[in-house]
Amino acid sequence: MTEPAIHARQLSRHFGEVIAVDRIDLDIPRGEIYGFLGPNGSGKTTTIRALCGLLTPTAGEVRVLGREIPAQAEEVRRRIGYMTQKFSLYEDLTVEENMRFLGSIQGLSRRACRQRMDTLIKEYDLGELRRRRAGMMSGGQRQRLALAAATLHEPELVFLDEPTSAVDPENRRDFWEKLFDLVERGTTILVSTHYMDEAERCHRLAILEHGRLRADGTPAALMAQLDGRVVEIDGDDLRQVKAAALALPEVRSAAQQGLHLRVLLRAGVDDPVALLRQRLDGRGLDICLARPSLEDVFVDATRPEDAA
Amino acid sequence: MSALTRIGSVTGKEFRQLSRDRLSLGMVVMLPLIQLLLFGYAINTMVRDIPIGVVDLSGSAAGRVITEQVRVTQVVDIVAHYSTAAQAEADIVAGRIRAALVLPENLTQRVAAGDTVGQWLVDGSDTMVGSALLGLRQMPLHLEAGAPPGAYSAQPPSFEVALFFNPERRSQVNIVPGLTAVILTMTMILFTSVALVRERERGNMELLITTPIRPLELMVGKLVPYVFVGLLQITIILGIGWGVFGVAFHGDLFNLIVVTLAFIGASLTLGLLISTQAQTQMQAMQMTVFVLLPSILLSGFMFPYDAMPVAAQYIAEALPATHFMRLIRGVYLRDAQLAQLTPDLLWLLGFTVIMLAVATARFHKSLD
Ligand SMILES: Nc1ncnc2c1ncn2[C@@H]1O[C@H](COP(=O)(O)OP(=O)(O)OP(=O)(O)O)[C@@H](O)[C@H]1O
Ligand SMILES: [Mg+2]
Repeated sequence: MTEPAIHARQLSRHFGEVIAVDRIDLDIPRGEIYGFLGPNGSGKTTTIRALCGLLTPTAGEVRVLGREIPAQAEEVRRRIGYMTQKFSLYEDLTVEENMRFLGSIQGLSRRACRQRMDTLIKEYDLGELRRRRAGMMSGGQRQRLALAAATLHEPELVFLDEPTSAVDPENRRDFWEKLFDLVERGTTILVSTHYMDEAERCHRLAILEHGRLRADGTPAALMAQLDGRVVEIDGDDLRQVKAAALALPEVRSAAQQGLHLRVLLRAGVDDPVALLRQRLDGRGLDICLARPSLEDVFVDATRPEDAA
Repeated sequence: MSALTRIGSVTGKEFRQLSRDRLSLGMVVMLPLIQLLLFGYAINTMVRDIPIGVVDLSGSAAGRVITEQVRVTQVVDIVAHYSTAAQAEADIVAGRIRAALVLPENLTQRVAAGDTVGQWLVDGSDTMVGSALLGLRQMPLHLEAGAPPGAYSAQPPSFEVALFFNPERRSQVNIVPGLTAVILTMTMILFTSVALVRERERGNMELLITTPIRPLELMVGKLVPYVFVGLLQITIILGIGWGVFGVAFHGDLFNLIVVTLAFIGASLTLGLLISTQAQTQMQAMQMTVFVLLPSILLSGFMFPYDAMPVAAQYIAEALPATHFMRLIRGVYLRDAQLAQLTPDLLWLLGFTVIMLAVATARFHKSLD
């Protein structure tokens, strides 16, 4: 099967005047973790809903697992799992009851359902919460339950909309371990996030902003594109240096990070270190090239491109 | 097969949720209790012993029968007899009596011809008294006054005929079965009208519609628990009606269950339709009230169907409660058989099927 898990061309979704998703192209291969990185309101949730067949696209074509969406959406329901951004299991039902309900709706036999539940409850560490109502659980516990519920029927493709927003860093690592376990078994995962560290773990990612797809590729490739454009400056009076740097037309952004000032230059500057030395000289600064981070990629992709 | 499994799991889930929702559970039990006691006592004391006079110009046996019929209603207290209508009018103006019943000289011929038998002169200044006496205007006096009883068996069951089988004319006898219609309308429509909206508001719907469940399965699964709720409520109502108000059930239990189920189905599916239309639970409740009010006012519970203006009768015909009111009074008070009740029964069943079909068609597995 060479067909990608998700294929979208010129996918758009408008809400009246608002253009939530604007002509997005996607090719998401099977068996990978694909990330959507984007600020609030950038269209992550809307895109995921359109891919699941929950929202009819205003324009564009979508194929998921080889089926036309939304026309053939019913045919892929059993093969996809969806963990919504807002908790969508029943708060007045217990962990077990929620899972049993979804299992039977998904068409699992009683026995298969019980086995899957036992496996997942162990795997997601929900053993002590079996009889706890979902409404009485912490945010992180709920998200573990939601992930367990989304993968109960062993779907080929799982959509996770900001699955770790309420999870502490430690548990987030565990959570991602689970995702890699899933991928190892052949599952394709599309995950949206605000966190750079999570985005960096993805096999591939897309950066969304204002409904537009600003950049996509593997994290390494995205960062490599910025090679030679990121500079770190050490010295005194960094607040003033920052103001001076931002005044330069070649500088795209500057942000203080602890004792350093991190400066991102526009594309096409031959020797940024020499340029900055020359323009900011006389201040006794220590200037050197730095390894681009995903945050630099994000900043470069999402800052509005101005006239220059 | 898997469709049945899915319906079963939705039903099981609804039952669980209902059993944990104290407010709704309280409503299931308290609503019939409170309503029944309120209506039962309030209506009983509302219109009694209104002082009236009688002007019997015919002096016939029929005149005495009719006067007696009016007296035993206990709505009125006959305090005076007059020989001319003018005297009675004078006493009404003076406030000594609230109304007078005038029976004309040719009463016997009128009864034989099936004409209006007499005239009520009513002091309309007190609206309560006025409407109570207007209610008396509908009394099927001509029945008792000599018409052959067999002539009425072919008529559709109605308020008037039901009254005929309530010789003491105690209001509870009508109130108890009538209240089943009001209470079932209220709870059945309310419960299902929020059913889908609630899941939408709480965000459950977004998950539910990504599963393979079909709209019809979801609808039916959500209805089933409330069928039992409805049966429980009718048991409460009729139980109290019997225990507290002494309104015994003389009919056939099977018939009672059949007509009740038909009405529960109609109300639940109407609620579902509301649920597919409403955006919020608040809206769903407002729409429910929109149906509930005419159901209470026009179904024949408050005012006799035949006394309503034609336009109101048309509206009443479109309400499931009106049809159920006829059915339940028929089954409960007259021991009518299903064969005699077919039109209303079929109407309710047809309504149920159509509402379910429309609600299902209107429900889309999408967030658009
Ligand atoms: N149902 C809707 N009706 C109208 N506008 C909507 C609707 N859903 C989303 N939008 C708008 O579409 C845009 C994209 O929203 P979306 O929820 O997809 O963003 P997001 O990337 O998921 O944001 P967040 O990170 O906050 O979850 C926003 O401007 C939002 O206001
Ligand atoms: Mg979102």
